[in-house]
Amino acid sequence: MDKFYYDNKIVKYFGLATLFWGVIGMLVGVLIAFQLAFPSLNFGIPYTTFGRLRPIHTNAVIFAFVGNAVFGGVYFILQRVLKTRLFNDVLSKIHFWGWQLIIVLGALSLVMGYTTGKEYAELEWPLDIMITLIWVVFGINMVGTILTRRERHLYVSIWFFIGTWVTVAMLHIVNSFELPFSWIKSYSLYAGVQDALVQWWYGHNAVAFFLTTPFLGLMYYIVPKAAGRPIYSYRWSIIHFWALIFIYIWAGPHHLLYTALPEWTQALGTVFSIMLILPSWGGMLNGLFTIRGAWDKVREDPILKMLVVSLTCYGMATVEGPLLSLKNINAYSHYTDWTVAHVHIGALGFNGFMIFAMLYYLVPRMWNTTLYSRTMANTHFLIGTIGILLYAIPMYWAGFAQSFMWKKFTETGQLQYQFLETVTHIVPLYIVRAVGGTLYWAGAFLAIYNLSKTIKQGTFVDNEAAEAMPLKAQAMPSVKLHWHTMIERKPVQMLILSLVVVAIGGLVELVPTFMIDSNIPIIASVKPYTPLELQGRDIYVREGCYTCHSQMIRPFRDEVARYGDYSKSGEFIYDHPFQWGSKRTGPDLQRIGGKYPDSWHYNHMRAPQEMSPGSIMPTYPWLYDDDLNVAITPAKIRAMKWLGVPYPENYDQKCISDLKAQAELISSNLNQAGIKSEPTKEIIALIAYLQRMGTDIKK
Amino acid sequence: MKFENYLKTINQVEIYPIISLVLFLSVFIGVVFYIYSLKKSEIEERANIPMD
Repeated sequence: MDKFYYDNKIVKYFGLATLFWGVIGMLVGVLIAFQLAFPSLNFGIPYTTFGRLRPIHTNAVIFAFVGNAVFGGVYFILQRVLKTRLFNDVLSKIHFWGWQLIIVLGALSLVMGYTTGKEYAELEWPLDIMITLIWVVFGINMVGTILTRRERHLYVSIWFFIGTWVTVAMLHIVNSFELPFSWIKSYSLYAGVQDALVQWWYGHNAVAFFLTTPFLGLMYYIVPKAAGRPIYSYRWSIIHFWALIFIYIWAGPHHLLYTALPEWTQALGTVFSIMLILPSWGGMLNGLFTIRGAWDKVREDPILKMLVVSLTCYGMATVEGPLLSLKNINAYSHYTDWTVAHVHIGALGFNGFMIFAMLYYLVPRMWNTTLYSRTMANTHFLIGTIGILLYAIPMYWAGFAQSFMWKKFTETGQLQYQFLETVTHIVPLYIVRAVGGTLYWAGAFLAIYNLSKTIKQGTFVDNEAAEAMPLKAQAMPSVKLHWHTMIERKPVQMLILSLVVVAIGGLVELVPTFMIDSNIPIIASVKPYTPLELQGRDIYVREGCYTCHSQMIRPFRDEVARYGDYSKSGEFIYDHPFQWGSKRTGPDLQRIGGKYPDSWHYNHMRAPQEMSPGSIMPTYPWLYDDDLNVAITPAKIRAMKWLGVPYPENYDQKCISDLKAQAELISSNLNQAGIKSEPTKEIIALIAYLQRMGTDIKK
Repeated sequence: MKFENYLKTINQVEIYPIISLVLFLSVFIGVVFYIYSLKKSEIEERANIPMD
């Protein structure tokens, strides 16, 4: 028998970080939820404006709250089901502190406006490199642990962790190809349709492989432990794993239905999304059936209660997801708060409750005590559940209401509602949602109090003693092994096979769009942005305008009537990155160019409520004070030229004079309208971009 | 633009869906076949790993 010790210290670190970042990430979420009802809460400064805070909220809850929980859970479970200590304590520490550094730098850079403008992948290139390095450290530590195990067979949780690692690595690297033009800023290597496809292939699978597969790994350990009985069907769990990782990777294009994306890719996304229901529900039922034998415990045990709600939310979200990928439903749901409701069923219900259940389970075990207050945990469960309902129901309502209002025509064939009317109609629902979010956030504080009391009454076991037979001393079975059994015992082969499985989906989906130029019909009148417009576009990205405005008019009667001609894929070929957006809190901007005079934009960006009473748009006063940084313009032009944007030879040397001339023109336009403006300010560049948007095909 | 226009421009495009279908089905059938070929004792042993 080998005697060895489980490393609880690293699990403790990750657990504490989970709570810390969870509270911060949710707080930002609560703030931006209130901002949508009370725009004055944007405070008129760049660092607290919705467009910058929203990426901080999403990145913080996904990568900081959920990320730390996953790492802590993985490290706890790996050691126990493999009967070994983690591979290397130093790697564990590098992993922990490296990840926290990424989170802090990521939050700072997003506040400062350094963003790639691609949802859930907003962090800029130096951070992308750091993420890659830390992810590799995590991989070495995990595979090293698996290789030094004392349990011949790899339990199903480990498969999910391996699948997670390998797929996230692939997604992150492929989606982060970008060309730096400064020490912190870059342009996406892809443009327009290709950029959108890669981004949503990433975005969808970030949900799949960062928010789902690791949680299923946690589920397959925590649920049997909490229920005190093995998983209902180990057979199902094997099918669950392979079917899930194979099918999930194909479903990304369902985020781009009715867009300028080729139709066959959209169809593929829908078919695979529907197929996803089967493995997802198989997994959920597997978890619930495991608890079924312990219903008497569910009535009292807050951990089991949370697991039941978590799995139920998983089931809801995984039926709703495929439904949303049906074109006729997507036509209504997309760009509305329906999507927001959907993701929060997953985030608050499935992820959040699974995390809290895990912490309520792990902390008493690592501190060798019992939970301080079961009643308090039950109250947390209750508050959290009410919070989820108060969050989700108004958002579903808002989604349906707004979508029907957008599409409503009068008898004479006119659009019945102005866009703004559809916003003011749902503002009360935004308030209820914010209250729901606040409740959920308050629940997290109960958890912190309860767990800190638990910690205080116990004594931490940083090295937990265990013993097991070394692998070599264990008898090998005499019969010939089945091929899958062989794979299950060979982690490296398992890793490679998982990569092959997920890479096939990625390749079949992405390759045709990349290899064949004619997939994107060229429109002769579409020309590169002028230097001033390019700078304006970068301000648009910096301020996160895409978090509220789409640039993608779908070929529907109401959208064409409201916004103008529907979007063509050839219009985006110089857009590094694409800015199609995924939510219309404000109207689509694809054809905003030329719709209003320069003076309207000038006044509107400074005081939106004066131009459109009832608007919930923030103000952007700093754009009127800050000078445009033209020192960087030549580097931007060079980067774009390298990316294939056809600027003339040596244009980087001439671009400044063109930029200044265009700025003077806009400034004199404004002067004619009675507005005193300086051509050197950032607002001028933004106006140049807004006025250019979507106008090329009209020429 | 219609579905066919894109398809026509890709060389031997018909191979993509066929490859994917064959691969998916073979993996899936393989896994299903495998799990039902396992003995109950083997399954139970694996399911009990976290319970030890």
